[in-house]
Amino acid sequence: MTLFLSYLINGISLGSVYAIIALGYTMVYGIAKMLNFAHGDVIMIGAYISFCATQYLGMPALVSVLMAMVVCTALGIVIEGLAYKPLRQAPSLAVLITAIGVSYFLQNVALLIWGTNPKSFTSVVSFGSLSLLGGKLLISSETIVTILANIVIMIALTQFTGKTKIGKAMRAVSEDKGAAELMGINVNATISMTFAIGSALAAIAGVLLCSAYPTLQPTTGSMPGIKAFTAAVFGGIGSIPGAMIGGVLLGIIEILGKAYVSTELGDAFVFAVLILVLLVKPSGLLGKTVREKV
Amino acid sequence: MKKSNKKLTSNLITYGIVVVAFLLCQLAISGVIDGFSMSRSLKGQLIPICVYIVMAVSLNLTVGISGELSLGHAGFMSVGAFSGIVAAMWLSKGMGNENELLCLVLAIIVGGICAGIAGVIIGIPVLRLRGDYLAIVTLAFGEIIRNVLNCLYISLDGSSLHLAFNNPNIPGKLLVNGPAGATGVSKFSTFGMGFVLVLFTLFVVLNLINSRSGRAIMAIRDSRIAAESVGINITKYKMMAFVTSAVLAGMAGALYGLNFSTVTASKFKFDTSILVLVFVVLGGIGNIRGSIIAATLLTVLPELLRAFSTYRMLIYAIVLILVMLATNNPTLRSAVDRIVPRLRKSAARKESDQA
Repeated sequence: MTLFLSYLINGISLGSVYAIIALGYTMVYGIAKMLNFAHGDVIMIGAYISFCATQYLGMPALVSVLMAMVVCTALGIVIEGLAYKPLRQAPSLAVLITAIGVSYFLQNVALLIWGTNPKSFTSVVSFGSLSLLGGKLLISSETIVTILANIVIMIALTQFTGKTKIGKAMRAVSEDKGAAELMGINVNATISMTFAIGSALAAIAGVLLCSAYPTLQPTTGSMPGIKAFTAAVFGGIGSIPGAMIGGVLLGIIEILGKAYVSTELGDAFVFAVLILVLLVKPSGLLGKTVREKV
Repeated sequence: MKKSNKKLTSNLITYGIVVVAFLLCQLAISGVIDGFSMSRSLKGQLIPICVYIVMAVSLNLTVGISGELSLGHAGFMSVGAFSGIVAAMWLSKGMGNENELLCLVLAIIVGGICAGIAGVIIGIPVLRLRGDYLAIVTLAFGEIIRNVLNCLYISLDGSSLHLAFNNPNIPGKLLVNGPAGATGVSKFSTFGMGFVLVLFTLFVVLNLINSRSGRAIMAIRDSRIAAESVGINITKYKMMAFVTSAVLAGMAGALYGLNFSTVTASKFKFDTSILVLVFVVLGGIGNIRGSIIAATLLTVLPELLRAFSTYRMLIYAIVLILVMLATNNPTLRSAVDRIVPRLRKSAARKESDQA
C-alpha cells in the first residue's frame, strides 16, 4: 500500500511537469491553431539557463529560475515574431514544419554551446525530504515543490484568463480571431503574449523536470515535449483545465504502468491509454465537440 | 481526352526524371567520364535516397491525396525493416547465399505485407478520428511500435524461428535482440533494387491517384460530407489510401533494414516520421514529383554540408525555416507568379479549389 502511494505521488509529480508543459501547448494551440513542436526544446533551453546561472555565475537557485523564465519568455516572443508571425495565413502544415525547423535549430544551438556530454543538473530545491507513515513513505522535496508549483500555476492561470483584460482578450482571440479584431483587440500582441506565458511556463517545467531527473542534454526536452503534447490532446487540446488533468493523469499512468506492467513498455502503455480514450471521446476528456455544418 | 493526355505526359515526365537520374548515377559510379564521379559518402547515400523517396511518395498518399496528417510513418517502416530482415535471414539460410536477389525481393514483399497488416490494425481506430487528433494517434502508434520492437527477441534455431517477448533466453542465434536491435544482418540491398522499388511505388501511387478510387479519395479529402452524400464509402477509400501507404513504407523499410549490418528500433523514432513529413511538405503537398525531388535533395544536403562539420544540422534547420518562410511569402509568391505565367494559372486553380 505504501509502495502504491509512493508510486502515485511520483506519478502526480511527473504528471505536474507534463501538465505545466502541456499548458504551453494547449494555450498556443487554442489561440494560434498551431502545434508548436519547438515547445519541448524551450524547456531544454530553460533548464540549461538555470544550470549555467547556478554553476557558472553562482546565483541562488530561485534567481536562476527567474533568469530562465526571462530568457525563455524572450526566446518565445522572438521565435513567434521571426518564424510564426509571417506564416499566419499559410496552411497549418507549413507552420508545423517551420516549428520542427525551429526545434532542430534550438537543439543544435544547444549542442554547439553546451556540447553533447550530458550535464548533471543540481536540484534547485535544497530542503530535505518529507517522511510520512513512520518513515515508510518518503516524499522528496522536488516532488512537493513540483506539485505545489503546479497548483499555484493552475490557480494563477485560471484567474488570469478569467479575470484580467489580457486574459479575456486571449479567450476572445481563440474563439474568433476576426471578431476579436473588430472589438479592438490587438490580435498579434495577444498571440505574442500567449507565447511569452507558454515559454515562461516551459522554463519552470524545465527546471522542475531536471531537478527530478538530473541529466541535461540537448535532446532532454523532446520526449517530455511529445508526452506533454499527448497530455494536451488527452485532456482536450485548447482547454486549460484539460491540459492540467491530462498531464497529471498521464504522469500517473506512466509511473504505475512502469511499476506494475513493464518497465520497458511504460511509454507504450501511456500511448495505448491515450488511443483508448480518444476512441471513446474523440476530442479528448474536456474538449469541445465542434459540430460540422454543411 | 485532352486532360488525360496531359496527366499521362506529366506521369511520363516523373518516370523519366527517375530513370534519367538512375542512369546518371550509374554513369557516375562507373566513372567512365573523367571528372564525373561520386564521392564515397554520396555513394553510401544512394540506397537511403531510394528509401526516402519511397517513404515520401507513400506518405504523400496519406497526407496529400487522402488529407490525413500522419506522424507515425516511421512505425510502418520499422515493421517492414524488422520483418524483412527476419525473412531475409531465414530465407538465405534455406536457399544459400547465392540467391541474394530473390531473398531481397521476398524480404521486401514480406516487409510490405507485415506493414500492411499493421496498417489495417492501426487504420481501423485511427481513421475514425479527424485532424490533429488523428495526427496524435498515429504518433502514438509509431511510438508503441518502437517500444514493442525494443522488447522483441527473435532467434533462428536450425530452420525454425523462435519469437519471445521481453525474454532473451531463447534457443538458437538471436536475429533480433531487443533494444540492441537486429545484428549481423547481411547487406542484401542494392541500388538497382532501390531504383526498381521507386519505380514500383510511382507506378502504384500514380495509377491509384488517376483511377476511380483515387478520385474518390480526393473527393473525401476536399469535402467529406459532399463525398458521402454522393455515395462514396468513406471508410473503404480512406483505408485503401492508408494501407497502400503503409505497405509501401514497409517495403522501403525492408530495403533500408537490409542496407545496414545493425538496425535498432531507435532508428525509426518520431524524428524519422517528421523527416519524411518535411520531404512531403517541402516538395509540395499532393505533388508526387515534388516529394521525389525534396527527398533526394534533403537526404544529400547534410552530406554536402559536411564541410561545415558541427554547424551542418544548424544550417539544415535554418534552410528549412527559410524555405518555409520564402515559399509562403505572399510578395515573393506573386513575383514568381508574374515571372512564370503557367504557375500563376495553377495557383489560381488552387485558390479556386480552396474557395
